[in-house]
Amino acid sequence: MKASAQDMPVKDEGMLFELRHVNVAYARHTALRDISFTIGEGETVALIGPSGAGKTTLLKKLYAMQADECAFVHQHYALVPQLSVFHNIYMGQLDCRPNWYNLLNLIHPRQRVMKEIYPILDTLGMREKIFAKVASLSGGQQQRVAVGRAMYRGGRVLLADEPVSSIDSRQGEAVLKLIVTAGKTVVAALHSVDFARRFFGRIIGLRDGRLRFDRPAERISQTDIDSLYAKC
Amino acid sequence: MLKISLIFIGAAVAALLFADIEIITLHPWAELGRMARAMVTPDFLSLPGIWRALVNTVAFALCGTFIGVACGAVLSFFFESTPVRLCCAFIRAIHEIFWAFIFLPIVGLDPACGVMAIAVPYTGIFAKVFAEIRQESDQRPLQGLPNRSPLLSGFCYGALPVIYKDVKHYIAYRFECALRSSAVLGFIGLPTLGFHLETAFREGYYSQAAAILYAFYLLIASIKYWARPRFIAIPVILAFLFLSKEIYFSIDNILRFFTYDIVPWPMRREGMLDGTRAIAFPLKEVGRWVVTIFRSEGLEGVWNTIILTQIVLAITGMLALAGFPFASRHFAGKLPRRMAHWILIVVRTTPEYILAYVCVQLWGPSMLPAIVAIALHNGAILSFLSSRNADLVRLRVDGAQKRTNRYFYEILPRIYGQFLAFLFYRWEVMMRESAILGILGIYTLGFFIDTAIADNQLDKAMVLIIITALLNMGIDTLSQVIRRRWKVSTRLLFSS
Repeated sequence: MKASAQDMPVKDEGMLFELRHVNVAYARHTALRDISFTIGEGETVALIGPSGAGKTTLLKKLYAMQADECAFVHQHYALVPQLSVFHNIYMGQLDCRPNWYNLLNLIHPRQRVMKEIYPILDTLGMREKIFAKVASLSGGQQQRVAVGRAMYRGGRVLLADEPVSSIDSRQGEAVLKLIVTAGKTVVAALHSVDFARRFFGRIIGLRDGRLRFDRPAERISQTDIDSLYAKC
Repeated sequence: MLKISLIFIGAAVAALLFADIEIITLHPWAELGRMARAMVTPDFLSLPGIWRALVNTVAFALCGTFIGVACGAVLSFFFESTPVRLCCAFIRAIHEIFWAFIFLPIVGLDPACGVMAIAVPYTGIFAKVFAEIRQESDQRPLQGLPNRSPLLSGFCYGALPVIYKDVKHYIAYRFECALRSSAVLGFIGLPTLGFHLETAFREGYYSQAAAILYAFYLLIASIKYWARPRFIAIPVILAFLFLSKEIYFSIDNILRFFTYDIVPWPMRREGMLDGTRAIAFPLKEVGRWVVTIFRSEGLEGVWNTIILTQIVLAITGMLALAGFPFASRHFAGKLPRRMAHWILIVVRTTPEYILAYVCVQLWGPSMLPAIVAIALHNGAILSFLSSRNADLVRLRVDGAQKRTNRYFYEILPRIYGQFLAFLFYRWEVMMRESAILGILGIYTLGFFIDTAIADNQLDKAMVLIIITALLNMGIDTLSQVIRRRWKVSTRLLFSS
């Protein structure tokens, strides 16, 4: 992945990302063209657009800019199916403790870590699943574990790639509520326009790697949406 | 795939024309009768030292496998680097018995010789297989790790749980192989089961030999009771403690081996003649010396090894294709299937070296015993795997009713790719076996290596061992090229 210059994170208080004329090109094709916007502390931003628009690429770009500040919820969860819910959530802070502590906790879960993880499981409604293997969970439960790991990870920003794509809409609502009320800056790629409008403060429309619109959610009109998804 | 199969069958037929497959002994079948009678009258009572040999066999295999796993695991992380990969290919291309030949003059008939003879080639094998398992595993969990996770923690959380099962299965399989190797090392004098087996055979005490063989089968069949993965540390530690009492290193021997014994003869000759043991560097003469060895012994050994390997490869394939239906649910009833399974397991468990040894006793040294031994052993392994693959195939309710039709139209086309992949995967293994069986008097590379060692020409033996290793690496590469070209993969087989 190649990126143009001028995409350094800004030091300015309250401003987390500033992109100026960013291009990202893969070997064959250009994934993002001439993207410019800024995201400030505490904003909740939804990325929408047809598949292939560059949503994932943009999220990865944001992650690369501030990797230490970001928790990332992957589209495919990136969980370890062989490990328990406890260990998967613990992985969110794997960089915060020394190797010996991590290995000890892998073999024998520490009480201290459990005390930190129980409150997260409570908000996810999964307290009793703490030592269940992730492979034995349903898709929706796995999705919640992935969100739980991002919450445990902490940091100022939560990036999420289609975090509710594979669960039913009732569960999806619950998970999205968790994400946007975590009190952080959130940038999420979504394919549900309805969810984007209901839960996020600001919506960015992407198509063919270009930014089509970038407005507060309440000012997005049906025409914007129709033209974003229109067949050419 | 049909084309490649026909090419290899053609090569085998051509090789048969050059192969020496005579029966030399006068009464081959009478001896077989005596052996068969002994198999039903095993003599467990007059076996002095059998317990000791049993414990040694297990201890060598445990320690050798453990060291191989530890070193192989470390090397597998550097497997992308070409020197590491080549080094691993080289050390695994040399058979355990040849490694024992190399370690014998260094440490003598010491437990260390047996352990190292297993540990060194297994290191190369484990490094390769661990690296492959890791590359083919699901990489996505690693993306979920925080940016600056410590490497070791990241591996233990994000990768190890994903590959753990495959790794465990492979180590278990290799440990069984190590037990076979360990037993066979007895044939060249190490104190394992093979030593007693060889003695019993040589002196014609077939009932004792049968008892030792049965003891070996019991040992293999009972692995799951005494080597549980969860508690494997206990037998490993016991084995190391047991062997450490006897291990004895002589620095002098080690130094002499590397600085004198294996130094090419032209470099030593002057010093040898005037008694100073000085070493010279007549490069031209060393070159000529190597060429002479290659011309006089290397070429013949290589030629015979290749001929034997190609014959065995084709026969193994045919045996497996003919054999697997008997063990598959699509062709055989429950009882015959269970019997077929048992036969296959027993044949697979018997080390090919022992099979060949028995056949040489019956028919005298020619390629015939080697062909029978290697083809039976590998054919059983392949039949077993193919039958398991066949059983994974779900047939339509309205599928072919006649068994022949079912075989040729439903099952064979579906499993032939994996079958070929595994056959080619075993190609290199068969070549290693073909070379080693030269020790029994067949004119493959092992014969010339054994002779050189018997004549105390370690330098010459080293040259021949290196030739053998290079030949093996060549076959390994060729096999990879063919597997990639025809896009056949053993994945299904490995995971089961």
